[in-house]
Amino acid sequence: MENGNIKIETKNINAFYGEKKVLHNIDLQMEANTVTAFIGPSGCGKSTFLRLLNRMNDYIDGFRKEGDVLINGVDIYSKNTRIEELRKQVGMVFQKPNPFPKTIYENVVYGLRIQGIKDKQKLDAAVENSLKRSALWNEVKDDLQKNALSLSGGQQQRLCIARTLAVEPSIILMDEPASALDPISTAKIEELIYELKQDYTIVIVTHNMHQAGRVSDKTAFFLSGDLVEYNDTKAIFTSPKDQRTENYITGKFG
Amino acid sequence: MSKRSLNNQKDRWFQYFGIFSTLIGLILLALFIFQITRDGIGRIDWDFIVSLPSRFYAKAGILPAWTGTLWIFALTAIIVIPIGVGAGIYLQEYAKKGRLSNILEINIANLAGVPSIIYGIIGLEIFVRVLQMGGSLLAGAFTLALLILPIIIVATREAFKAVPKSIKEASYGLGATKWQTIWYQILPIASANIITGVILALARAIGETAPLIVIGALAYVPFVAKSPMDEFTVLPMQIFNWVSRPQHGFLMNAAAAILVLLVFVFILNGIAVYLRNRSRKKFGL
Ligand SMILES: Nc1ncnc2c1ncn2[C@@H]1O[C@H](COP(=O)(O)OP(=O)(O)O)[C@@H](O)[C@H]1O
Ligand SMILES: [Mg+2]
Repeated sequence: MENGNIKIETKNINAFYGEKKVLHNIDLQMEANTVTAFIGPSGCGKSTFLRLLNRMNDYIDGFRKEGDVLINGVDIYSKNTRIEELRKQVGMVFQKPNPFPKTIYENVVYGLRIQGIKDKQKLDAAVENSLKRSALWNEVKDDLQKNALSLSGGQQQRLCIARTLAVEPSIILMDEPASALDPISTAKIEELIYELKQDYTIVIVTHNMHQAGRVSDKTAFFLSGDLVEYNDTKAIFTSPKDQRTENYITGKFG
Repeated sequence: MSKRSLNNQKDRWFQYFGIFSTLIGLILLALFIFQITRDGIGRIDWDFIVSLPSRFYAKAGILPAWTGTLWIFALTAIIVIPIGVGAGIYLQEYAKKGRLSNILEINIANLAGVPSIIYGIIGLEIFVRVLQMGGSLLAGAFTLALLILPIIIVATREAFKAVPKSIKEASYGLGATKWQTIWYQILPIASANIITGVILALARAIGETAPLIVIGALAYVPFVAKSPMDEFTVLPMQIFNWVSRPQHGFLMNAAAAILVLLVFVFILNGIAVYLRNRSRKKFGL
């Protein structure tokens, strides 16, 4: 890729659960302020690869990786990287909405509280700001002290996005963020992703190809742990170079 | 007969057997409570609660015994909660998984099955003799703390395991350290289950007699303990003492004291059940 706008770069990534190799030699460069989608049939390694980008796999017993992940040119697996600092830079939204069983307010400010921020005005501002950005503010502004678990699934997921935004990351990883939601909530999340692209680098896993087509600028197609094809989303969907990509997007399998 | 209907029949028989066994247990318990109440209820009055023991059964009371039980309850809790919960958290969240932690895990589970009198012997050696606590409340509390420590470690680990992984990942994902995640997210969710485990374990501890006899708790204590270093008795010791007397009047006293002890234990169990239900509702555990 020509420009110096590379935000995330992986070099020669191999990943293993125990003896089982699930990613083979993945080289990928993701640009700043773009939405990159990972598509592919379930079990092909999308989540594993995504979770490598904020070291979420570190907690899985028996997981091992080879190769490097660079963010802003810095090796995030080096000894000098503080994992907590990395997570502040690289936020994550999970497949199933996972709000904390606390109030809406406390959910949003959690990432700030653990940084030691106590100033009430700052926290209040962050709550309003993040909830506005995640398009949830109007629905919850009068119930900030309500338990987050009382929200609908779609609202919970937008709360999880707000919680991530509050920490002010520059990258947001999303692992099938809408797969557990109804179509209306899904549309809201997709709209949101489009908005957020202005300020964030977004990587989204989806096994819904239409979603990838709608929200992403670049698409990477994975199959059985291989990166088969990576290109502009338009190109992937209109003129895929690899036969396997074509088979997948035309619904011949997966 | 087809295999399916045979299985159905087996199912049904097993169900009958289960209901039958449960009923037997409940009936025996009901009979026991009925008999104890019949014998003891007449003896319970204010004087009985606030009197010291006596050679005359009509004048004897349980003041030193129930205050001793409260002391033991509180001291044991203070000792065992930080150690047991701390060890549980360590084993669950920090200890490297491997052969050593496996061995440790199996042994802790086994410890819960060691007869309580063995703990009495350990307590006698370590707390009474080596640490020179004598037959004091403190020695008793340490001994009982040792006895219920494995239960509390296991309860803590189970409570931690019940917290969804997604909560941990959410916390880590926002930049929290392991300790912050434990402190702000896992513990609040797990705490009701931990407390439930602690209360049930303490309910067991205050019913113990054997280990306290071994460490030298007294059967006859004509005073109320004022400090952890005082000698003491507890309700089960008092009951044990009274039932071994020949006069029928003392048996009635014992029944009355058993009722008081049962009330203690039922209240504790009630609190435990309440907390567990509340946490189920609140966190969906
Ligand atoms: N924690 C784990 N332990 C062992 N194997 C795993 C684990 N997580 C995922 N896998 C395996 O790794 C492969 C890739 O999984 P994943 O990255 O979740 O795929 P995707 O997100 O594309 O569905 C699958 O074969 C899956 O079974
Ligand atoms: Mg996945």
